[in-house]
Amino acid sequence: MDYSFVFLILLLPLFSFIVLGLAGMKMPHKTAGLIGTTSLGIVTALSYYTAFCYFTAERGADGAFATLVPYNFTWLPLGQLNFDLGIMLDPISVMMLIVISTVSLMVHIYSFGYMHGEKGFQRYYAYLSLFTMSMLGLVVATNIFQMYLFWELVGVSSYLLIGFYYPLQPAVSASKKAFIVTRFADMFFLIGILIFGYYTGSFSFSFAGDVVMADGTAPFIPVDVMKAVAAGGFILPTALVLMFIGGAGKSAMFPLHIWLPDAMEGPTPVSALIHAATMVVAGVFQIARLFPLWVEYAPGQMSIVVWVGVFTAFYAAAVACAQSDIKRVLAFSTISQIAFMMVALGVCMPGHHGEVLDNHAQLGFMASMFHLFTHAMFKACLFLGAGCIIHAVHSNEMSTMGGLRKYMPVTHITFLISCLAIAGIPFFSGFSSKDEIITACFAYSPVVGWIMTGVAAMTAFYMFRLYYGIFWGTENKELHAHHTPHEAPLNMTLPLIVLCVITVGVGVYTTIAGFAGWGGSFGSFVTASGAEYNIHFDLQVAATSTIIAIISIALATYIYKGEKQPIADKLYRTFPKLHRAAYKRFYMDEVYMFVTHKIIFRCVSTPIAWFDRHVIDGTFDFLAWGANEAGETIRPWQSGDVRKYAVWFITGTVALTLVLLCI
Amino acid sequence: MDYSQFFNMLPEATLMAVLVIVFIADFALHGNGKKNTVLYTITGTLMFAQAVPCLLADATTAFGGLYVTSNSVNVMKLILTAGTLIVMIMAQPWLNRDDVKNKAGEFYMLVVSTLLGMYMMMSSGHFLMFFLGLEMASVPMACLVAFDKMKKNSAESAAKFILTATFSSGVMLYGISFIYGAVGTLYFDDVTTRLSTSSLTIMGLVFFFSGLGFKISLVPFHFWTADTYQGAPTAVTGYLSVISKGAASFTLMVILMKVFAPMIEYWEYLLYIVIVLSITIANLFAIRQKELKRFMAFSSISQAGYIMLAVIGNSATGVAALTYYVLVYVVANMSVFTVINAVEQNCGGTTRMDSYNGLYKTNPKLAFLMTLALFSLAGIPPFAGMFSKFFVFMAAAEQGSFLAYFVVFIALINTVVSLYYYLLIVKAMYINNDESSLPAFRSDCNTRLALALCTAGIVAFGVFSCIYEWIAAAAH
Repeated sequence: MDYSFVFLILLLPLFSFIVLGLAGMKMPHKTAGLIGTTSLGIVTALSYYTAFCYFTAERGADGAFATLVPYNFTWLPLGQLNFDLGIMLDPISVMMLIVISTVSLMVHIYSFGYMHGEKGFQRYYAYLSLFTMSMLGLVVATNIFQMYLFWELVGVSSYLLIGFYYPLQPAVSASKKAFIVTRFADMFFLIGILIFGYYTGSFSFSFAGDVVMADGTAPFIPVDVMKAVAAGGFILPTALVLMFIGGAGKSAMFPLHIWLPDAMEGPTPVSALIHAATMVVAGVFQIARLFPLWVEYAPGQMSIVVWVGVFTAFYAAAVACAQSDIKRVLAFSTISQIAFMMVALGVCMPGHHGEVLDNHAQLGFMASMFHLFTHAMFKACLFLGAGCIIHAVHSNEMSTMGGLRKYMPVTHITFLISCLAIAGIPFFSGFSSKDEIITACFAYSPVVGWIMTGVAAMTAFYMFRLYYGIFWGTENKELHAHHTPHEAPLNMTLPLIVLCVITVGVGVYTTIAGFAGWGGSFGSFVTASGAEYNIHFDLQVAATSTIIAIISIALATYIYKGEKQPIADKLYRTFPKLHRAAYKRFYMDEVYMFVTHKIIFRCVSTPIAWFDRHVIDGTFDFLAWGANEAGETIRPWQSGDVRKYAVWFITGTVALTLVLLCI
Repeated sequence: MDYSQFFNMLPEATLMAVLVIVFIADFALHGNGKKNTVLYTITGTLMFAQAVPCLLADATTAFGGLYVTSNSVNVMKLILTAGTLIVMIMAQPWLNRDDVKNKAGEFYMLVVSTLLGMYMMMSSGHFLMFFLGLEMASVPMACLVAFDKMKKNSAESAAKFILTATFSSGVMLYGISFIYGAVGTLYFDDVTTRLSTSSLTIMGLVFFFSGLGFKISLVPFHFWTADTYQGAPTAVTGYLSVISKGAASFTLMVILMKVFAPMIEYWEYLLYIVIVLSITIANLFAIRQKELKRFMAFSSISQAGYIMLAVIGNSATGVAALTYYVLVYVVANMSVFTVINAVEQNCGGTTRMDSYNGLYKTNPKLAFLMTLALFSLAGIPPFAGMFSKFFVFMAAAEQGSFLAYFVVFIALINTVVSLYYYLLIVKAMYINNDESSLPAFRSDCNTRLALALCTAGIVAFGVFSCIYEWIAAAAH
C-alpha cells in the first residue's frame, strides 16, 4: 500500500490556514467557511481511507500492524542529533487521525450556524485550520522534537481561539492563563526532551518497533536507550516524568488544570474541538506514544501517573457536582474523564499482577485509547449541544434554563444519549470503554478500582444533574416570555446527530461484542503490543458499574427532576461550606493567586525588580550616560573634522599593534 | 597571452558585459518619459541573469594565481548579486524623483562597477589584485554617496567617505608593504608558506586589517560610518551597509584564514578585541540615536561584530556561518532600508525616529514588515536572524578556548541590548501615539516587490534548512 498521499492530510489545513489568513478578510463569510470546511472534508476522507487501508492490511509476524513512515526528512542536522520532520503511521496515530478529523469536520460544519454573522468569522476558520493542522502534525510526529513543535503550535492556536472574543476582558485573561500555564508545563516537557536526546542520541520514536520507509530503508538513528541506562538508572525515568509534567499541563491534570475551566470563554465549538476532544488528550497521547519506554524503564514511576490521575478524576468530579455554568460542568467532566484515561495508562504493567490478567497484561492501554475515542465523540456532542442551548438562551447559567426539552427536541435527545454514554449505561459507547478501564484498575489494585467506580458514579450523577437542570425543572418563564428558545438550525443539529450515531453505533456493537466475546471491537485495532485482543467484559465489574450508574442517575432524577427541588435545597443548606468550596473549585485558583502574587511576586520578584531597577538599570543608565557623555565629547569632530577621524583611525591601529606585540 | 583564461572568470566577464550594455543603453536611449523604465528593465533582467554565471562557475584559478575562486566565493557572489538587485528595485521611488531622474543610468553603472570591484576583491590571489578590487569597489562608492550632490549632506558625507577611505587605503598599503618586506612576495600562497611571526609582520597584519576593518566598519575604524550613512541617499546607505560590508567581511575572512594562517593566534586576539569593541560600543551608541539612518549605522557596526565572530573558529563551519549570516543580514537590513526609503520618498524626506510614531495606525502593512525585519535583525525566533546568530555563535564556540567563550558570552549579552533598541522602533510604530503621525500612503509596486522578496527571505531562510546546508556544502 502506498501512503504517499498522507502529506495532504497536513498540507490541506495548512493551505486553508494560509489562504484564509492572508485573503480571508476580503472574502464573504460563506466562502471562507466553505474553504475551511471543504479542505477539512477532504482531510477527513483521506484519514478514513488511510485508516481503512491501514487496518485492513496484513498483520506482521508478531500479530501487530506494521509501523510505517511514508515521509521523513531531516530538517536541521546538528551533527549527531537530527531534528526530523515526518509522518508516522501506527495504530494510535491512525486512530487519532480519525478522531481529530471527524470532530474537526463536525465543528467546522457546526460553526457555520454557531458563528453566523460573527465579526472575524474568516479569522475563526483560519485558526480552526491552523489548529487542525497542528494537532494532526502532533499525532503523526516521527520524533519527540516534532511532537514538541506541533505541541507548541497547538498551544498557540488554542490561545488564539480562546481569546477569539478579544474585546472581552475575560476572554483575554483566560487565553493568557491557558497559554502561561501550559507553557509553564511545556518547559518541563522541553527539559525532558533535551535530557532524553542528550543521553540516547536520538529523538525518534524508533523504539516503537521496526520502522521501515517506503523504499525499504530504516529512517532513523536507533534510540540508544542502553546508553542512557548505562549513564544511570534514573535518567530515563527523570526524562519521562518531566515529559509527563508537560503532558499533565496540556491534559489539565491537577494541579495544572486551572486553565481549562477558564478556557470556556472561547466560542463553544472551539471548546468541543480543542478542550474536549483533541488538544486536551495530547498528554494522554504523549504517554501512549512513549509507552514502551515507560513500561520498560520507568515502571515504578508509572504510579505517579496513576495517583495524579486518580486524584484529578475525583477532584474534578466533585467540583463538577457544584458548578452552575453548564460549560464549566462539562469542562470539569472533561478533566475527570481525561484523568480516567491517564489512570488506565498508568495501571498497566506487564509482569505486575500478571497472574490475574495473564494474556491481557496491558489491558489499560487499550482501554485508555478506547476511552479517548469514545469520549471524544460524546463529549464533543455534549459541548456542541451546550452550544445550541447557549445559542438559544444566550447564557451559560443553568438558572436561565430549565424545561428546554419542549423547545429543542433534537438537542435534548442527543444530549440525553451522550449523558447516558458518559454515565456508562450499556449499549452506549462510554460503557464499553469505561468498563475496560475499571477492570484494568481492579487488576492493578482494588483501592484504585473502587475509587474509580465511585468517580464513575459521581460522573453519572453530575451529568444527570446537568441534564435535568437544562431540560427539565422549572421553566424560566420570565426570560422565555420575550424570547422563546427555538431549535438550532440544521447545520448545527446535523453534527449532533452524526456524533450520536457514532456513540450509539459503537456502543451497541462493542457492548454485544464484549458480552459475546466477539472480535472486531476496539481491541482488534489498538492494543499495547499491537496484537489482536478480544474484549471480554468482566461480568462482575460490568454489573457493578451498571448498577451504580443507574442508582446515581436515579438519585439525580429524584433530586433534580422536579419543578421544585427540596432535597437539593436542603443539601445546600445543610452543607453550605462544602457546596461553596466545591463551587469555588476548592479554591485552587485562589491558591495559585496566593502563590504567584504573594509568594513569587513578593519574595522573588520584588527583590529582582529592585535589583533590576537599581543595579541593572543603574548600570545601563551609567553606560548610557557614559555613551551620551562620550557622544558629547566626540561631537566637535563628528560635525565634520575629517582630520580627527584619521587621528582616531591611526591611534586605534597603533594601539592594536602594541597590544599584539605585547602578547 | 592566453585569452581563454577569461572563461575561468565567468561571473566577472558577464558582469563586465552588463556594465558595458548598461553604459551603451544609457547612452543610446534618449531622455523621454520611458527611458528610465527601459533602463531599469534592462539592468534588472541582466542582474537577474547574472545568477547563472555565478551558479555555473567552478573553483578555478587564472592568470598564474592572480585570480582564485572557490565554491563558497561563488555562493557569496550570488548572494551579493541578489542583494544588489534588491537595492536596484528598492531604489526606484528615489530614482524616479525629478532631480535624480535623468541620471538613473549612472546609478546602475556605478553600482555594477562597485560590484565588479567586490567580485575581484573576493576572488583575488595576490595582494595587488586585491587592492585593485578594493579601490574599484571604493571610488565609485564615493560617487554613489554623493549622488544627491545638490544636497549638502550627501556631498559632505561623500567627501568624508573618500577622504577617510583614501587614508585607510594608505595605511593598508603601508601594511602590505611590510608584509612584502618580510616575505618578498605578494602571492597569497607564497606569503602563507614564507610568513613567520615578527614585529614587522604583526604591524603588517594590523595595518592590513585596519584597511578592511574600515570597509566593514569595525570599531575603532568605524568613525566615518554614522556620518556617511546619514548623508548618503537611503538606497546607497542600504547598499553600503549590506553588500559592501558583506564582500569586505568575506574577503577579510578568506585572507585571515588562508594567507595569515601562520599567525592565527595573533589575528584571533585582534578579532577578540575588535569584536567586543564593535558590538558593545555600537550598541551603546545605538540606544540613544534619534535619527533612523544613523541608528542603522550603529546597528550595522554591531552586526559587523557578529559577522566577524564566525571567523574566530577558523573552520569551514565558520565560512558557512558567515556566508549564511550575510545572506540573512542582506534581506533583513534591506527590508528595513526599503521601508525607510518608502517613508522618506513619500513623506517629505523624514528619517527621524519620532516621525515613525504611530506608523502602525496609518500604514499597518509597512509597520508590520518593518517589525518582522527588526525581529530578524534582533535574532528573535523563528525568523532567519535567530538561526544565523546561532550558527555564528556555534562557529565561534568551536574554537574552544576560554577567550572565545568569553567573546561569545559578551556577544550574547549584547543581543539582549540590541533587542532593546530594535524594539524601541517597534514600540514607536505600534504604541507611541503622535498627533502628527505620518500620512497614509500607497507604496509603489517596486517597493512592494522589494519588501516581498526580503520578507520571503526572512521567513524562508529560517524555515528551510536546505539553504544553510547548500551553503555549508559549498564551504566544505
